[in-house]
Amino acid sequence: MSMRLFELMLWAAGNTILLSAISILIGFVIGLMVCAAKVSANPFLRIPGTLYVSLFRGVPLLVQLLLIYNLLPAVGIMVPSVVAAVIGLSLCTAAYQAENLRGGFQSVPRGLLEAADMVGMSPWKQLVRIRAPIAFRLTLPALVNEAILILKASSLVSVVGVIELTRMAQNLSASSFRPLLFYSVAGAMYLVICWAVAGGGSIAERMLRTGSRA
Amino acid sequence: MTRSAVLVRDVHKSFGDVEVLKGIDLAVPQGSTTCLLGPSGSGKSTLLRCMAFLEETTSGTIEINGQPLGFAETGDGRRTRLPAGDIRKVRSRIGMVFQQFNLWPHMTALGNVTEALVTVRGMKRKEANAKGEAQLARVGLGDRGHHYPSELSGGQQQRVAIARALALEPDILLFDEPTSSLDPELTGEVLNVMRELAGGGMTMVVVTHEIGFAASVGDKIVFLDQGKLLLDGPPSEIFGAPRHPRLQQFLETYLDRGAATLV
Ligand SMILES: Nc1ncnc2c1ncn2[C@@H]1O[C@H](COP(=O)(O)OP(=O)(O)OP(=O)(O)O)[C@@H](O)[C@H]1O
Ligand SMILES: [Mg+2]
Repeated sequence: MSMRLFELMLWAAGNTILLSAISILIGFVIGLMVCAAKVSANPFLRIPGTLYVSLFRGVPLLVQLLLIYNLLPAVGIMVPSVVAAVIGLSLCTAAYQAENLRGGFQSVPRGLLEAADMVGMSPWKQLVRIRAPIAFRLTLPALVNEAILILKASSLVSVVGVIELTRMAQNLSASSFRPLLFYSVAGAMYLVICWAVAGGGSIAERMLRTGSRA
Repeated sequence: MTRSAVLVRDVHKSFGDVEVLKGIDLAVPQGSTTCLLGPSGSGKSTLLRCMAFLEETTSGTIEINGQPLGFAETGDGRRTRLPAGDIRKVRSRIGMVFQQFNLWPHMTALGNVTEALVTVRGMKRKEANAKGEAQLARVGLGDRGHHYPSELSGGQQQRVAIARALALEPDILLFDEPTSSLDPELTGEVLNVMRELAGGGMTMVVVTHEIGFAASVGDKIVFLDQGKLLLDGPPSEIFGAPRHPRLQQFLETYLDRGAATLV
């Protein structure tokens, strides 16, 4: 493979990373809101929250992406395919992240909140200072897992024409007639990115376990 | 006569259909140490948690320094729940030490002690740290402020929890089996801190199975059995002969906790 083609693959891998990272981030924010809605006592929040999760977890991501890609223009919203891809990935990961967060918040030991009650912290201060930080630490392994899943699932956005790692490998295979080479390189690049994410996750977990030293 | 720090009147508490406290009357004099004894399931923790409003009583009243805790009587024999702000204000006079320490794992020892000073009492960080250091020194942990709970022994964690409660200058400290989850060799360091607090005039209510501690430090022993307050008096009277058969039976199960000298 020539240097120029390798650089093209690297550029596409960069797109994959960027696309996934942005989707994970947006998905985290939406996930937080969906989680809050799902645990709310108010049925007007709880029912849509529950529906959201079961909908986005129950429909294959590929179908969601194709739906969004075709739905947006149909209702008169013209966006580049990359935006449609980010929307699709974000909405999907948000459903999973909402469930992870809910698990995290529910796993915060009651006693820690009773201790906060006893020193006079208001519910809001407890949320900001105690519940959220502890829930986040408990959720971190699941978040790393989700990031890896989204990195791999981002290959699906190639169907709506976004040039990321998989699509680039497809294009180069077609023009060079060497699919084995380009798909192997793409596979290796996915592997390296996922290793890096998993490694970063373990380091973060270790740092958070003994506190925030280092 | 000194005013009661805690006054419990005809308190009942049910969980669903099960009545756990069946009409408790108890006065905790200021500056005294009251030790709550009783078999497992007798309602000791529930009573202590009611005094902290971590559980709501089903009926009856609890006063802290003469202020109603949680509910106000409306005169016609009914009661209304007080606003959250009022509850927090009355509760701010009380500190609680839990069996499981309940330290916040993501904060250092000093962070645990100073958290409420800063976020609740609005103290400046520097001032709070100075005060926190002083409280940690008071429980013998002046050099452990920057350790996380996971880096401390159980005895040290419990002492941090005591320092956390002390930092807010409560009038009353409640302890729910503060040494029950500690290795036997670590109970002494925690009991010593409590002994010093008692000597310093702190009002304390201590649920404990450490009979030796109760007999030597308690000004008053309360024995709960099946949700009823069976005995209430000074240790000499409660532990002296003639001894109530239920208490005798109870003491015999705690020979290794300092009860041997009494039985
Ligand atoms: N939240 C709750 N819901 C239902 N039942 C409860 C609850 N908390 C306590 N109980 C019941 O109330 C009774 C008294 O419990 P409590 O914890 O006050 O006993 P205890 O005297 O502290 O016992 P131990 O020495 O084992 O700590 C027990 O039968 C217990 O099962
Ligand atoms: Mg108990």
